[in-house]
Amino acid sequence: MDLETALHVATELAGAIWVTLALAAVTLPFGLILAGLATWARRSRYRALRGVASAYVLAFRSIPLLVQIFVLYYGLSQFAWLRASPAWIVLKDPFACAVIAMSVCAGAYTAEVMRGGLAAVPQGAIEAARALGLSKFKTFLLVTIPIAIRRALPAYSNEIVVTLKSTSLACTITVMELTGVAKDLMSQTFAVIEVFCMVALIYLLINMVLIFLLRLVERWLTPPYQRKPMFASARRAVAKRLSAEAVSQKG
Amino acid sequence: MGASGSIIDLFAWGGDGWTRPLLTGLGVTMACACIGYVLGVVLGLAVAFAKLGSNRWLGAAATLYTTLLRGVPPLLVIFLLFFGTNGALMWVARGFGYTGYIEVDAFTVGVMAVAFVSAAYSSEVFRGAHAAIPVGQFEAYTALGLRPFAGLWTVIIPQMFRLALPGLGNVWIMAIKETTLLSVISLAELMRVVGVAGRTTGQPFIFYGVAALVYLVLVAISSRAFHALETRMRWA
Repeated sequence: MDLETALHVATELAGAIWVTLALAAVTLPFGLILAGLATWARRSRYRALRGVASAYVLAFRSIPLLVQIFVLYYGLSQFAWLRASPAWIVLKDPFACAVIAMSVCAGAYTAEVMRGGLAAVPQGAIEAARALGLSKFKTFLLVTIPIAIRRALPAYSNEIVVTLKSTSLACTITVMELTGVAKDLMSQTFAVIEVFCMVALIYLLINMVLIFLLRLVERWLTPPYQRKPMFASARRAVAKRLSAEAVSQKG
Repeated sequence: MGASGSIIDLFAWGGDGWTRPLLTGLGVTMACACIGYVLGVVLGLAVAFAKLGSNRWLGAAATLYTTLLRGVPPLLVIFLLFFGTNGALMWVARGFGYTGYIEVDAFTVGVMAVAFVSAAYSSEVFRGAHAAIPVGQFEAYTALGLRPFAGLWTVIIPQMFRLALPGLGNVWIMAIKETTLLSVISLAELMRVVGVAGRTTGQPFIFYGVAALVYLVLVAISSRAFHALETRMRWA
């Protein structure tokens, strides 16, 4: 790959990063809201509501995301009454379709994460709060939710990575994000490996930054006496190597 | 293209009906998923042992492989293999003195894509399973006088498969879902057939809906089967 193609590839990719980030940034909050609703509905006292929410989570976790996107973008265009309705302004836009499909899917997955977090809250903590005279609502707000969020964060950071990777599917409905641009560049420049490495590096960097930010949030939510130092394992490894060197120098 | 009453015609068996092409597509999907998954699990086991082994360079390479394949969208891997394998194979063949044109078909690319991605995920599953085996088991086979390789093969790996079963079930479901992406490199699997059917008949919603149902059923059957297998193996 000569310098000119390298520059061309870099500029094209730099533009596409923003599309990928925008897709992820819009999808994640919507997914969280949907997941919150689904979690609330699954804990509701009405059986019908619980059934609907469980069916939603099961179906949208089982059906591949690409099928969901295609149903929304290509499938719905079959209906003339829909094309005439005001909803079509949103549904004819590929970016909006991608965001809607991905949010609904991410919502289903995140609902599972939330359920896991809530299930991990120790019963004793809730009982203790109730015994101290907190109302049910206050117990939920001040005890259950903070513990559940902290427990769910590692799984949620996985979920974020999955969502970031799933934004690549938007290129199948003409949203030119990183993977779509990479495909065009691969077929134009024939520098397949080089383009792949650059795009892979971008994805890995975004992943790493996101995971690091979530670690910070997790740490911030952990009470100080339970906090572990950041990069504990790396520090330990460095200390071990240093002490080993010291011993070998002595000997 | 009348919408009412034509559903039976749409899914008729012979003639212009779509049931037969759909079943063929499903067959391609399942073949691709099965072959890719089996290859992926075998490769994943090898990658897991590369990570666990004492060779530092092999371990680093294995870690790089899993980090890369798990951090990058599967679609990008598919594009890499689709545009890259021909060139790579011709480059290797040129080393042997063959200068002709080599072309890899979409099915092979699909199988490779599924295999590589499943290998990355299943290697992590296997590593977890290996860590979950009690130290006593390792000590036991050493005490019995088994060499490391024999002990690994007869004592450790069978137990690893049992512990890895839930994770391997997830990898299998992921493999099924990944085959849908192969429609973008025009492999005639279910999604591709469904897309063609939707365009020809002008009823994409029905056909994509059918695809959604088929995948839902496939995933439901798979998770049932893996659960049954887990309960059977629990007391093995």
